[in-house]
Amino acid sequence: MADIAHATRTEALAGRAGGAAGVTLTPARPANRVSLRAGSGEAKSLSDALGHELPLSPKTSVSNGKGRIAAWLGPDEWLIIDETGDPLEELGKAEVLHSAVDVSHRNTAILVSGTGARATLECGCPQNLSDRVFPVGSATRTVMGKIEVVILRTGENDYRVECWRSFSDYSFALLSEAAKDCLA
Amino acid sequence: MSGANRIKGKGRLTPARTVRFSFDNQVLTAVEGDTLASALLANGVHLTGRSFKYHRPRGMLSAGPEEPNALMDVGRDAVRRTPNIRATVQEVYDGMRARSQNRWPSLAFDVGGLNNLASPFFAAGFYYKTFMWPKAAWKKIYEPVIRAAAGLGVAPTEPDPDHYANHFAHCDVLVIGGGAAGLSAALAAAHAGAEVILCDEQAETGGAFHHETDAKVDGRPGWEWAQAVTAELRAMDNVRVLTRTTAFGYQAQNHVGLVERVTEHLANPDPSLPRERLWQVRAKRVVIATGAIERHMVFANNDRPGIMLASAARTYLNHFGVAVGAKVGVYTACDSAWNAAFDLKQAGVSVPAIVDVRPDPDPELVARAKELGIEVFAGQAVLDTSGKLRVKSMKVGKSSGGSTRDISIDALIMSAGWTPSVHMYSQSRGKVVWDEASQRFLPGRNVQDCVSVGACNGVDDLREAVADAAKAGHDAAIAAGISAGAAWTAPEAETGTSWAGSMMGSAAGAGTNTTVKAFVDFQNDVTAKDIRLAVREGMHSIEHVKRFTTNGMATDQGKTSNIHGLAIAAEMLDKPLPQVGLTTFRSPYTPVTFGAIVNHSRGDLFDPTRRTPMHGWEEAHGAVFEDVGQWKRAWYYPRAGEDMHEAVNRECRTVREVAGMFDASTLGKIEVVGPDAARFLNLMYTNGWDKLQPGRCKYGIMLREDGFIYDDGVVGRLAEDRFHVTTTTGGAPRVMHHMEDYLQTEFPDLKVWLTSTTEQWAVIAVQGPKAREIIAPLVEGIDLSNDAMPHMSVREGKICGVPTRLFRMSFTGEAGYEVNVPADYGEAVWKALWERAEPLGACAYGTETMHVLRAEKGYIIVGQDTDGTVTPDDAGLNWAVARKKSDFVGIRGMKRPDLVASGRKQLVGLTTKDPNIVLEEGAQIVADPNQTVPMKMIGHVTSAYWSENCGRSIAMGLVIDGRSINGKTLYVPMPDKTIEVEVTDTVFVDKEGVRLNG
Repeated sequence: MADIAHATRTEALAGRAGGAAGVTLTPARPANRVSLRAGSGEAKSLSDALGHELPLSPKTSVSNGKGRIAAWLGPDEWLIIDETGDPLEELGKAEVLHSAVDVSHRNTAILVSGTGARATLECGCPQNLSDRVFPVGSATRTVMGKIEVVILRTGENDYRVECWRSFSDYSFALLSEAAKDCLA
Repeated sequence: MSGANRIKGKGRLTPARTVRFSFDNQVLTAVEGDTLASALLANGVHLTGRSFKYHRPRGMLSAGPEEPNALMDVGRDAVRRTPNIRATVQEVYDGMRARSQNRWPSLAFDVGGLNNLASPFFAAGFYYKTFMWPKAAWKKIYEPVIRAAAGLGVAPTEPDPDHYANHFAHCDVLVIGGGAAGLSAALAAAHAGAEVILCDEQAETGGAFHHETDAKVDGRPGWEWAQAVTAELRAMDNVRVLTRTTAFGYQAQNHVGLVERVTEHLANPDPSLPRERLWQVRAKRVVIATGAIERHMVFANNDRPGIMLASAARTYLNHFGVAVGAKVGVYTACDSAWNAAFDLKQAGVSVPAIVDVRPDPDPELVARAKELGIEVFAGQAVLDTSGKLRVKSMKVGKSSGGSTRDISIDALIMSAGWTPSVHMYSQSRGKVVWDEASQRFLPGRNVQDCVSVGACNGVDDLREAVADAAKAGHDAAIAAGISAGAAWTAPEAETGTSWAGSMMGSAAGAGTNTTVKAFVDFQNDVTAKDIRLAVREGMHSIEHVKRFTTNGMATDQGKTSNIHGLAIAAEMLDKPLPQVGLTTFRSPYTPVTFGAIVNHSRGDLFDPTRRTPMHGWEEAHGAVFEDVGQWKRAWYYPRAGEDMHEAVNRECRTVREVAGMFDASTLGKIEVVGPDAARFLNLMYTNGWDKLQPGRCKYGIMLREDGFIYDDGVVGRLAEDRFHVTTTTGGAPRVMHHMEDYLQTEFPDLKVWLTSTTEQWAVIAVQGPKAREIIAPLVEGIDLSNDAMPHMSVREGKICGVPTRLFRMSFTGEAGYEVNVPADYGEAVWKALWERAEPLGACAYGTETMHVLRAEKGYIIVGQDTDGTVTPDDAGLNWAVARKKSDFVGIRGMKRPDLVASGRKQLVGLTTKDPNIVLEEGAQIVADPNQTVPMKMIGHVTSAYWSENCGRSIAMGLVIDGRSINGKTLYVPMPDKTIEVEVTDTVFVDKEGVRLNG
């Protein structure tokens, strides 16, 4: 059985590119993702296990600048995204009560960048994404058109839109459509 | 020259910029910035359409969104055309095609005009009384004929080639209306530092300054000031100015819908631009500055082309440079019409008479009229008019009788005063209050975080309106949480026109004569006598009067007619007007296109289409897909020359003889994790989970509280504290919510968490005698032998070098596996498995084969063999209900007397006497086919297929006490024959279940 070829990965949005004047849409690189559930009292220990601080304020995220982001999704829920390391393995060492579930392949993400990025998202997201309410580092689980997404603001004009794999077609198409009117 | 009635030096348009458009195939010239209405008037065209019911000739009444008459079919080509466009709002562009509506064969000669002669027959409420009998005639004659005769435009038949956009926007202060008040409010809020959105429905801001040229703000003419302020606002980072944008709906929590017309005024719009944009604004504070709408006078034959609102005539003159006639009569109860007359006269138009119903109008106005040589008829009325396609004369006299004078005119302008536009306020759920002093309805208490300013709030004086609005704008910013702000003073205005004077209801000329047509609601052809008739017929509430007469129910929502209708009803009822009440204003303020409402959600974006990771392979291998919720699932894989039945028969045979591969990725999956996971599942399922060992699986049934089956699926225990739950495809989201709901509300003390993993795992079912042989060489780290991994077990290991959760389970009755791999590996692993399967003679199979194979084994499908009224016992699944458990969702429901009584429908097998007949799913079952109709139905067929493996048809059904009549013959009456069936058990293949363990 030594000659079993390693199955290759086919990403949902492989080869897609989109955007319009003012905004680019790029499928994000594959990443390890963990849906982490635990009481907020356990956050400290879990942060220690991860070597990464879990945010405790609503609608915030913590990034280590090296491809790992932990986003607050609820009082007992975080989404951890890591482009290099494996947070699931690190959480395995934590001894406090928690649930860590691998959702690396459940989600896929679209990077929305440019001066028209916010307006592009506002085509389908009813939340207030203004600087005052949704500054860089903000994260929210919300609605985009007819689907659920998690939006992370990773830079002044940069957003990451996480959605479930089978909704990525819709998400990419909707954002592409919205991009056309992002300078309105 | 863009029209003979254009007055040189008047108006604000640039005469050199001409555009050409067509009206009823006649090519005309207009000036850029014209509305269709102003362009037609410039060309001397007053006749623009036929009325709804009587087909009477009609022309422009207004110069704004309240227009009831001049509705047209407007477009740029055959595909891009829209009916019922208000010519008074639509801007002209080069190449525009406009057509009149509701006329045949032509606008000037219309056969439907016979309705006018037959009008006694069409009195208010005629349709409630006239066409009562015979019933069948309604469908075939009355309704189609009436609809065709009394119609508006014709809907386009082609799909709309344009696209529409949606934007959600948030702001501190939304200002609705860009007149003097709105601009002052926006400016104050913006200077305070608030994020401001200002919208105005017209092409340019300025509101009443479109017609009122005698007012000043901050020392400048009003119009000039408005444009300067607008430019200042546009230049501010914290302000968005939206013109051509109508606020049409005021919803809860300051959610206001705006529609922006982006390209409808452009000859060659950039195709990347949306035709319209929907703005869904959530504002902390809303300032309503929607102004007021002038009312017409209600008198005999007040609807002839050429008769229009005084402010409209003044707008056409002062803004568009167009004279609405050469000899213009004036009929008014309000001061502002006098100013319109003065402007016309000074522009060189003949104004033979001003008729004012008030006995002693403002002496200053009278003096001015005399000075200009205009004859004044104070305390008199216009009693009637003449003219077929255009007004020719007016009859002036005292209502008390006496001599009358016919005055020759070619236009008649009128004003019965101004109605504050309380639509937005009313839509915000605010209740209007009757103001006795000014005799009008005004905004009362604010229900939402909003404020009304200016004319819509009954503040007529410009100076006061501007000062009030500026303060309101500033206060709104502060209330929205803006603390700082530069020192700033409100604009100072000098009042120009007086807006005083008003009358409601019918003037003298409307008479009490029942043959006189004095129109109240032009668009719906409602006259004063119709409203009187409604009251006589017993309609005493304005809501009833409205529905009986259709007053105010047209697309203009009675912007000009509501108050008149109310006043006439009040007079008839001899009640004070506020006691009769005002109808509620509803969204939309003006008609909104479906395109704007739907915006992005059309075509592929109408609803998400979900595809599995293996979709591409399936498509390439000829799969036919079926829609299962939002999912596309491979239905069957026809080979060349095969129809569906042949393909399914082959697939069914192949799975039992060799093996088959099936994409089960869409099954719902929930990871249940925590020390109380088993306790939680004990509560959610009928089964017991304590004794399930890690590495083993169990089929579980989930009930609702009422004891009926809600969902089912196989649950694998991965560890003491970790379960992999599967649900039906369609049930995935609701089962997750159902479980989360109970966890949070009923069992919050349990230490367990739920995570949806439906899309984490691609699932490949490999089923059949050769299933193990197919997967074995690709699997690492799992002993696949029967002893080590028996039926209903789960292992974690690797396949094709990637992690897998490998289930040994079966929905076919064959030995089989469900290979779960991370979704992005699904396609590659499927291909690797297919490379093994195909040479062995296995096939790929779809959902249809899956359905047949499971029915051969009597496995139910929730939602097909159950319908929300089936208990576990009904379905023959009592074995899956743990008797020892003291609690689970549905345990009390299951004990309800009606659920434990005999006589319930039970799931049984059904075999037709003729093995070649396949029953119809849903067909009813009877015990005695010779009963008289209606027969007693004792059950129905839930599943029925041709079973290639059995060489005959098979079926399942729910039959009253079905299990106790095994072997009995029942009947399925169909339209063409009655089918004999025998009641059997539900397992048709491998009754002992030995193949599962093969």
